[in-house]
Amino acid sequence: MNNAATKPLLEPLNATASQAVVSIWRIFLEFLTIGATSFGGVVPYLRESLVARRQWIDDRQFVEMLSISQSLPGLNATNMAILVGEKLRGALGSVAAIVGIGLPGSIIMAIVGVFYRQHGDHAWATAALKGVAAAAIGLILFTVVQLSKKSLTQRFDFVFMALTVIAVNRLHQSVPRTLIGVGIMAVLFHRPRPAEKQAGAR
Amino acid sequence: MNQIPTLIRVFAYLSLLTVGGGMAAFPEMKILTVEVHHWLTFPQLIHLYSVGQMAPGPNMMMIVSIGEWAGGWLGGVVTLLAFFGPTAVLAFVVARLWKRLEKWRWRKSIQEGLAPVSIGLLLAGCFTMARGVISGLETAAVAVGVLLILLQYKVNPALLVLAGGILGIFSLMPK
Repeated sequence: MNNAATKPLLEPLNATASQAVVSIWRIFLEFLTIGATSFGGVVPYLRESLVARRQWIDDRQFVEMLSISQSLPGLNATNMAILVGEKLRGALGSVAAIVGIGLPGSIIMAIVGVFYRQHGDHAWATAALKGVAAAAIGLILFTVVQLSKKSLTQRFDFVFMALTVIAVNRLHQSVPRTLIGVGIMAVLFHRPRPAEKQAGAR
Repeated sequence: MNQIPTLIRVFAYLSLLTVGGGMAAFPEMKILTVEVHHWLTFPQLIHLYSVGQMAPGPNMMMIVSIGEWAGGWLGGVVTLLAFFGPTAVLAFVVARLWKRLEKWRWRKSIQEGLAPVSIGLLLAGCFTMARGVISGLETAAVAVGVLLILLQYKVNPALLVLAGGILGIFSLMPK
């Protein structure tokens, strides 16, 4: 997979020598920029930067990496950083990318945490935080709708989704137990079928 | 008491549950950080998570605040490493093996099968959090309003979360 680093994946018309090998520092800086500016969700910023601006990966690779990121544990943002970093420069590239994308947010949240501990119980802060939390709920629900549209392949998938919610919220099963239990059922439901091609042609 | 080893254990474990997104680990995070280890209260957890939606970068950086509260600056750093280390290694290994995995017949099955489960976990995390957030008509209206606006228009979600806070100051101040 390392030979991918030595040739540009998508040959732009004005290809220059500098695009052949991306330096570790360059990877770090690019992901640091994404980490510092990606307000409201990382994925569109990743695409803008990696596909459109730097052309380090093409759109098809981006979508494929995103789908891998989504089915692995870990956040999309950090998994994408690892995958893209690996593609560009192997292990060091991955480290540069994940440190870059995580650094600004982690520093901000460390400061926010200290500030919140000191001032979080002021009346105005409590009121503001209630509104912020309610808005965050709306945002998560939106993510659920978006992901459902994008990655559910069959109507029956909603049954697995509902089972997962019931297991965690109603039956108070732990997340790993639910993940393994319902996960195995769902994977078996989607098991590879040799007759798939014929069925699809019908 | 030294919380560092406990922080590492708890957040390394939580990291492996974040299939589909950070929210998937939320129910378990609530149990471990609030009920078992008392590092913070449930409202504090909700507040940190929600404020974290306005920060740039990966959206679970609020774990740094939890680590810092429980174990000082060192606690913040080890929490960060514990939460992102294991999944980073896993993603790296998968990236290396991908050429081979791509042709594996079960790969598509696993991806398609895990999709509804991970979305379900996200929703379950959302409901767990909503129980501590939606306390009346106003908060419910803000949540539904944000959902509808995002479905209808292309707005930066961070701005809507900020707007929720401003709305909160005006309408949710204790009287």
